[in-house]
Amino acid sequence: MTITEKILCHHTDLKEIHPGMLINAEVDIALGNDITAPIAINEFKKAGGVKVFNRNKVVLIPDHFTPNKDIDSAQQCKLIRDFAREQELTHYYDVGEVGIEHALLPEQGIVLPGDLVIGADSHTCTYGGLGAFATGMGSTDLAAAMITGEVWLKVPETMKIVFSGKLRKWVSGKDLILYIIGRIGVDGALYKTMEFTGETVGQLGMADRLTIANMVIEAGAKNGIFAPDDVTKAYVAEKAKRPYMFYGSDPDAHYASVVDIDVSKIEPQVAFPHIPSNVKGISKVGKVDIDQVVIGSCTNGRIEDLRIAAGILKQRKAARRVRLIIVPATQNIYRQALKEGLIEIFIDAHAAVSTPTCGACLGGHMGVLAEGERAVSTTNRNFVGRMGHTGSEVYLASPAIAAASAVLGHIAGPDEL
Amino acid sequence: MKFRGKVWKFGDNIDTDAIIPARYLVSTDPAFFAAHCMEDADPEFVKKVSAGDIIVGGENFGCGSSREHAPIAIKAAGISCIVAKSFARIFYRNAFNIGLPIFESKDLWNIVSEGDVIDVDGDNGTIAIIGGKKPPLHIEPVPPFMQELVNDGGLMKHIAKKKL
Repeated sequence: MTITEKILCHHTDLKEIHPGMLINAEVDIALGNDITAPIAINEFKKAGGVKVFNRNKVVLIPDHFTPNKDIDSAQQCKLIRDFAREQELTHYYDVGEVGIEHALLPEQGIVLPGDLVIGADSHTCTYGGLGAFATGMGSTDLAAAMITGEVWLKVPETMKIVFSGKLRKWVSGKDLILYIIGRIGVDGALYKTMEFTGETVGQLGMADRLTIANMVIEAGAKNGIFAPDDVTKAYVAEKAKRPYMFYGSDPDAHYASVVDIDVSKIEPQVAFPHIPSNVKGISKVGKVDIDQVVIGSCTNGRIEDLRIAAGILKQRKAARRVRLIIVPATQNIYRQALKEGLIEIFIDAHAAVSTPTCGACLGGHMGVLAEGERAVSTTNRNFVGRMGHTGSEVYLASPAIAAASAVLGHIAGPDEL
Repeated sequence: MKFRGKVWKFGDNIDTDAIIPARYLVSTDPAFFAAHCMEDADPEFVKKVSAGDIIVGGENFGCGSSREHAPIAIKAAGISCIVAKSFARIFYRNAFNIGLPIFESKDLWNIVSEGDVIDVDGDNGTIAIIGGKKPPLHIEPVPPFMQELVNDGGLMKHIAKKKL
């Protein structure tokens, strides 16, 4: 079996499973946010739900429109806050403690290798970076899991991605996943698992792995996964407060397809509007003037991302035409960035540094675009109107490209500085 | 499940931000979402659509966010069912979970025009364009478990039934 099949199997009472089977599996963590949880809570109550199946395993994270952007979002947040209190949820984090969910849960050791995680947020797939099975669903699925502690799943086929070669300078996990999406398309892995393997994986730190797994949904995948190794061991050792399991694929595991990628041939990538698969190498971008740069999100708001950005922004300033917005994804990341002097570098570069929020990524608040404006963003989607007006444009890239672009006022790599 | 309705046609990769933009995700009221349904794909859609109409989409319909607000908006706008070449997986789950019927057909999109009236027969697995000269098209059968969800009236009723 593959790693995904093994994790799924161990969460059922079956001995073996194979792609296409419909299974009922036990859930280790069920997650919701301030946009999706209100509908789930309503469904939970409508169905006669009294207590969630396990108060340690239902996690509610108000991170999208927080700090509350208006009265309506305040009402939504109150609804989940009241529910979290009433249910005495262990893992509810409010403003001041909260971070962007998919950065916060691994950091706090709430999700661990071998877990089965469902979340009413499409980027729940991020936790595959840790070697967990994690997939996004809707609010009703969350409501059902909150009651039963179980979820129905169709066992996915697996697409194996084999990385070989050495990463070029400025090439990160973000560039690898953008490159793959460009190559296979936004439905290239529809309903499938993307399993990342190969000699290059050892060169990828946990931040890069989480970034890659985060964006498998942009290829239509059900989940993305990295088999745990020494990097994983070091990452979870200090964070885990409960037992966890390392799984790996058997040598004779069956794969629906295999994609070989020589990373040494890949340059930094940029996804042009209005679809994440519209990807070009940085050398083929041309001169695209920009109005805003966002560095942050569940994709690229970790300390490693901020270090890269700070390394480029140090003793430089954002171009006058560019509004630079930097969002550390959690309070711990924010504190660490302060300690390391990164925040001072950002402020000196004329960046606005914000408290953790998903706001700008989905055009909610804290950096909405006007008609005709262009942004380079380290986020994950560049659909029409994603970050604001339907006449605005979003270019997806790594923190290195975003930081260099902010300084130059057009899309560019750090080598052009 | 049989539906007859007027077709509204959309292309490939219609994402959930186009179906219901994030700026409206500050409610749980289906009528509110319906008022902004498909707004960023076709701002006039809500004014044009009538109860019972059918959306015909291309590949990967409903890609992007997990927001269940998207199928809720479509259902509350009066759309009776969606026929697409393929569906993004979270949208697929969500549609069944909330009781919005969806069907897969690789061929319909290529021969149907916006404004055509079509018959979708979920029971016999066929789609026909009213007044059309082509024989009825075959639709992909709904998997048995999904059919069970539909018959039970959505996921929550299904799990309630199982617990009894």
